[in-house]
Amino acid sequence: MSDIKYLAPGTIEEAVKAMQAAGGKGFVLAGGTDLLVQMRSGAREPQTIVDVKKIPEMTTIEELPGGGFRIGAAVSGAVIGEHKKLVAAFPGVVEAINLIGSKQVQGRASAGGNLCNSSPAADSVPAMVAAGVTVQIAGPNGRREVPVEKFPTAPGRNCLQPGEIVVSLTLPAPAAGSSDAYLRLIPRTEMDIAVVGIGVSLTLKDGTVTAARVGLGAVAPTVLLVEDAAKALVGSKLDDAALEKAAAACRAACKPINDKRGTIEYRTKISGVLLKRAAKIAAQRASGATVGGTH
Amino acid sequence: MAKLHVTTKINGEEVEYLCDAQDSMLDVLRGPLGLTGSKEGCGSGDCGACSITVDGRLTCACLMLAAEAEGHDIGTIEGLAQGEKLHPLQEKFIEMAALQCGICTPGVLVAAKALLDRNPDPTETEVRFWLAGNLCRCTGYDKIIRAVMDVAADMRKTVAA
Ligand SMILES: Cc1cc2nc3c(=O)[nH]c(=O)nc-3n(C[C@H](O)[C@H](O)[C@H](O)COP(=O)(O)OP(=O)(O)OC[C@H]3O[C@@H](n4cnc5c(N)ncnc54)[C@H](O)[C@@H]3O)c2cc1C
Ligand code: FES
Ligand code: FES
Repeated sequence: MSDIKYLAPGTIEEAVKAMQAAGGKGFVLAGGTDLLVQMRSGAREPQTIVDVKKIPEMTTIEELPGGGFRIGAAVSGAVIGEHKKLVAAFPGVVEAINLIGSKQVQGRASAGGNLCNSSPAADSVPAMVAAGVTVQIAGPNGRREVPVEKFPTAPGRNCLQPGEIVVSLTLPAPAAGSSDAYLRLIPRTEMDIAVVGIGVSLTLKDGTVTAARVGLGAVAPTVLLVEDAAKALVGSKLDDAALEKAAAACRAACKPINDKRGTIEYRTKISGVLLKRAAKIAAQRASGATVGGTH
Repeated sequence: MAKLHVTTKINGEEVEYLCDAQDSMLDVLRGPLGLTGSKEGCGSGDCGACSITVDGRLTCACLMLAAEAEGHDIGTIEGLAQGEKLHPLQEKFIEMAALQCGICTPGVLVAAKALLDRNPDPTETEVRFWLAGNLCRCTGYDKIIRAVMDVAADMRKTVAA
């Protein structure tokens, strides 16, 4: 047991070298709220733990020229929730990240960890898909980026190659008149895993939807970008017919499992219900009204 | 593999210890450091009995490696009282019988203090959501919530006076 190595490098380059040197036995430590649980249960047996919280680029939020943001992969949910400009620009992404676990978990859990853990039910991911996030990756061959919806490849798996780490998440500048929302259904009011999670991002001009993106979680092996749902919303004023068409597209995209939290039929039905509700919240926010809390 | 040497601050005092890479902060607090106020209820982040603060942020000590404390400022339940003088939250919990077996209590107190440090005037809903990560098998929560609300009101009066 005690031959495990703990490293806390100060730069991305050192972190990548450490991951490379560890072969398949290196694990990045961000907030540790997945990794430590997995180590204790024996599901993960790292030989090297690479704590990335001493790397400034991974622990800071940066405003980009034009109104976008770059969130360091290891920034905690608590810090994200306190960033007023980020909350104003992407209320849906922030509420999704802030739904992860308790206040104690929020003190450490990161969006990068949520993404890299690659659970189909990860709360932040559908919201990041809706917001059009780009994942910045560093590895032995330098840097690359992938759209967030291409990142997870199967439950617990993602597109990272050996030695690669996620450095940050880039949120593109929101167009005028846009906003987003995230809703999930859980059997309890707090501290549970999503039965369905949905992120919706909308741009409105004079009440008409001019652009939309929909991210759907917990209903398939990976979080989905539901392009047909977005198409059904664009051009509409979010009338009942358009919302029902988008809801049907979400239901059609579902390939859920049956488990103790929800049956296939239930998850499928709920995906359509949540699409309608989340679209309405995003639209209200886009038109300047503030709605809802984060719970 | 040689032990890791960590220098950190716990409840305002500089502390040094040796640990293995996989030791949790809770292992080291309760073991070599003898600070057994933080409890282990689950070891998986679900119960909050191990709540501590790291640079003022509420955290589960069971989900943090002891090695990560290097250079940080840790707050535990042992830091709440000033010598013999209990923190108002501790006094109120005794007065209102907001505990039974007491296993959850240190974590609840650390979490409640972190809330009041940020928000001296929380609503009941805010208190309930803030403490959702602190499980209690005994009290049914109501007494805990009422005690925290009461302390908040008392502390606001003291500040105003
Ligand atoms: C009590 C409790 C409640 C929870 N509730 C929720 C919930 O409601 N919703 C939800 O979605 N999740 C929940 N989780 C799971 C977990 O908290 C989240 O997935 C969290 O976002 C993980 O982030 P982290 O920073 O703690 O990740 P870590 O545990 O540090 O890392 C997670 C995984 O990703 C890898 N990794 C992390 N960062 C990087 C990186 N930058 N590059 C490459 N690999 C990396 C790690 O090696 C590890 O395998 C809960 C966990 C607990 C303990
Ligand atoms: S022991 Fe840490 S949360 Fe239960
Ligand atoms: S008093 Fe017994 S668990 Fe809370």
